[in-house]
Amino acid sequence: MTAEMAGAAAITMPTSATDPRDRGGPAQPLLIVDNLSRHFPVRGGLLNRRVATVQAVDDVSFFVRKGETLGVVGESGCGKSTTARLLMRLIEPDSGSVIFDGDAVGGRDGIGVNAMRRQMQMVFQDSYSSLNPRMTIAESIAYAPRMHGVRRKQAAARAEDLLAQVGLNPRAYARRYPHELSGGQRQRVNIARALALEPRLVILDEAVSALDKSVEAQVLNLLAELKARLNLTYLFISHDLNVVEYVSDRVMVMYLGRIVETGTVEEIYHHPRHPYTRALFSSKPTLDPDRRTTEMPLTGDPPNPINPPSGCRFRTRCKFARDICAAQTPALAPPFAPPSARPSSHRVACHVPEAQLAMENPHA
Amino acid sequence: MTDLATDPLARDLLHQPPGSALSPAAAAGGYWTAVAQRLARDPVTLAVTAILLAIVFLAIAAPLVAGADPYAGNVLARLKPIGTPGHWLGTDETGRDLWARLCFGGRLSLLAGILPVLISLAVGGFLGVVAGYAGGIVGTLIMRTMDVFYAFPSILLAIAICGLLGNGLSNSILALAVVFVPPMVRISETVTTQARQLDFVEAARASGTSALQIIRHHVLANVLGPILVYATSLISLSIILSAGLSFLGLGVTPPQAEWGLMLNSLRQAIYVQPYVAALPGLMIFVTSMCFNLMSDGFRSAMDVKLNK
Repeated sequence: MTAEMAGAAAITMPTSATDPRDRGGPAQPLLIVDNLSRHFPVRGGLLNRRVATVQAVDDVSFFVRKGETLGVVGESGCGKSTTARLLMRLIEPDSGSVIFDGDAVGGRDGIGVNAMRRQMQMVFQDSYSSLNPRMTIAESIAYAPRMHGVRRKQAAARAEDLLAQVGLNPRAYARRYPHELSGGQRQRVNIARALALEPRLVILDEAVSALDKSVEAQVLNLLAELKARLNLTYLFISHDLNVVEYVSDRVMVMYLGRIVETGTVEEIYHHPRHPYTRALFSSKPTLDPDRRTTEMPLTGDPPNPINPPSGCRFRTRCKFARDICAAQTPALAPPFAPPSARPSSHRVACHVPEAQLAMENPHA
Repeated sequence: MTDLATDPLARDLLHQPPGSALSPAAAAGGYWTAVAQRLARDPVTLAVTAILLAIVFLAIAAPLVAGADPYAGNVLARLKPIGTPGHWLGTDETGRDLWARLCFGGRLSLLAGILPVLISLAVGGFLGVVAGYAGGIVGTLIMRTMDVFYAFPSILLAIAICGLLGNGLSNSILALAVVFVPPMVRISETVTTQARQLDFVEAARASGTSALQIIRHHVLANVLGPILVYATSLISLSIILSAGLSFLGLGVTPPQAEWGLMLNSLRQAIYVQPYVAALPGLMIFVTSMCFNLMSDGFRSAMDVKLNK
């Protein structure tokens, strides 16, 4: 962010530089995830022995800059949602660390899990099941602040304010129950609920995936508006490539619990390097005849995460696979031929230069 | 923020015709009001509830409505048919007024039917919610212990416990309570596990709510309905089982009035006065049927999703 931009922004809204909770300054990523792993034991047989392990999230490292939207894409079962739940500590990671604005979460010198949760909230996919059917909309939104010691009246006032902010008239909706609302309205309520603790980072786990296209667009616009007004940072998880392209600054592609490629939207969408990313994008529907791709879409299901392939997990479906792909796990590294000479954050986990170069610009 | 009353998009979102005042009327009334409204439109549930209330009233007010001593026999007036003057429902094999005995019998039968369910509801409900919410080792320990009880057929288990403790009303109540704990644990564990996995519980955890508060505010409210419905349906089974225990001579002892015991003693008169002999059985049938239908009615009335 340039000084000029920061100055202009400071007049209209609080920026991360003026947020009293900001500790690391604008250059400090809001979230750094380091080698995060979670393996689920598969139990069975006599005495519930561990018979196998699902490597749901394996050695995942990434960062989210302040004020940006990081999109996470991948097939279902690739570990997107598990990553989100690990970040919220809804499930405990086996190993790895999470650093929130420079403070290690749960570390000795860092911040506690609950302190982190006050600054990081999550919106779930299923708008119906993420609201307690026995509570009114206003009660659901006010619940978290109440649990954190906010007085009933103040919490209720905050709930009404948040309802208005997400475009629902508090007078008409505050006392309704979830089943009396449409899916789009419920998802607005869920967004208000997530914002009730005034978080800085919001994880949107397929938050718009269950909505109709027209409602989805309205909610996406609302999210953009809230992001600008409240100076939020988003981790946007979705399987919808078009939506991720629309909302994200940077994109992370996951496959079978690992990150295969990460970079800016431009880099990932127009200069994808990993064979999996390219295959994924060739399955993306488009109406533009000039953008039709000739690359074969992926066939078959991803391999069973219980026994993932050794080395590169994509090699069983990759036409460029070689011996090294089975022997060594590829690390995330700068691509062999960067789209431009200037340094970029583009990283790809692939051993084979030809695979990365096979089609320089699939949409050209 | 644009003015919601004039912004066309907002108005559209609010489903309000232009110019109309936003009324919170649709929102008034909570979940239980909606349940009551749905119950009011269900004649079967209303009817069986009325019958049950009448039976309970007769049992409670037995000394007032019976009109005769349920223990005073008359050798000259044995096994009179229905409609006999002075004994409008006839008399049993020792000449005791059957109407009086049915009224007084309702007291013990209902007590023996309802109390075991209440005990198992408290014990089993608690264990089930703990097992369902805690999961892991605690849950496994509780559930596997319950599986041991499940290995026995319920009536055999009740007979075995009763045989062990000796006969009597309190022992039969205790035996039935033990029999009903495992299914109660299973039901409440299942619904708690389901509720626990719902996103709103995850959302509450994600906002730093403690386990106790989550159970109190989010789990119990959503779990109590199905557990209570199941408990109501268990009452009918409990009435039948306790009547069965008395019939076998393991529960209430003669000359006390209890429907199962009355059925047993009148059994020998089935060829002489079949209609009189069938009356205690009819009471057991009607009462348990009504509890069953009532629990069905409550179940559908409490199912929020039907109204979605």
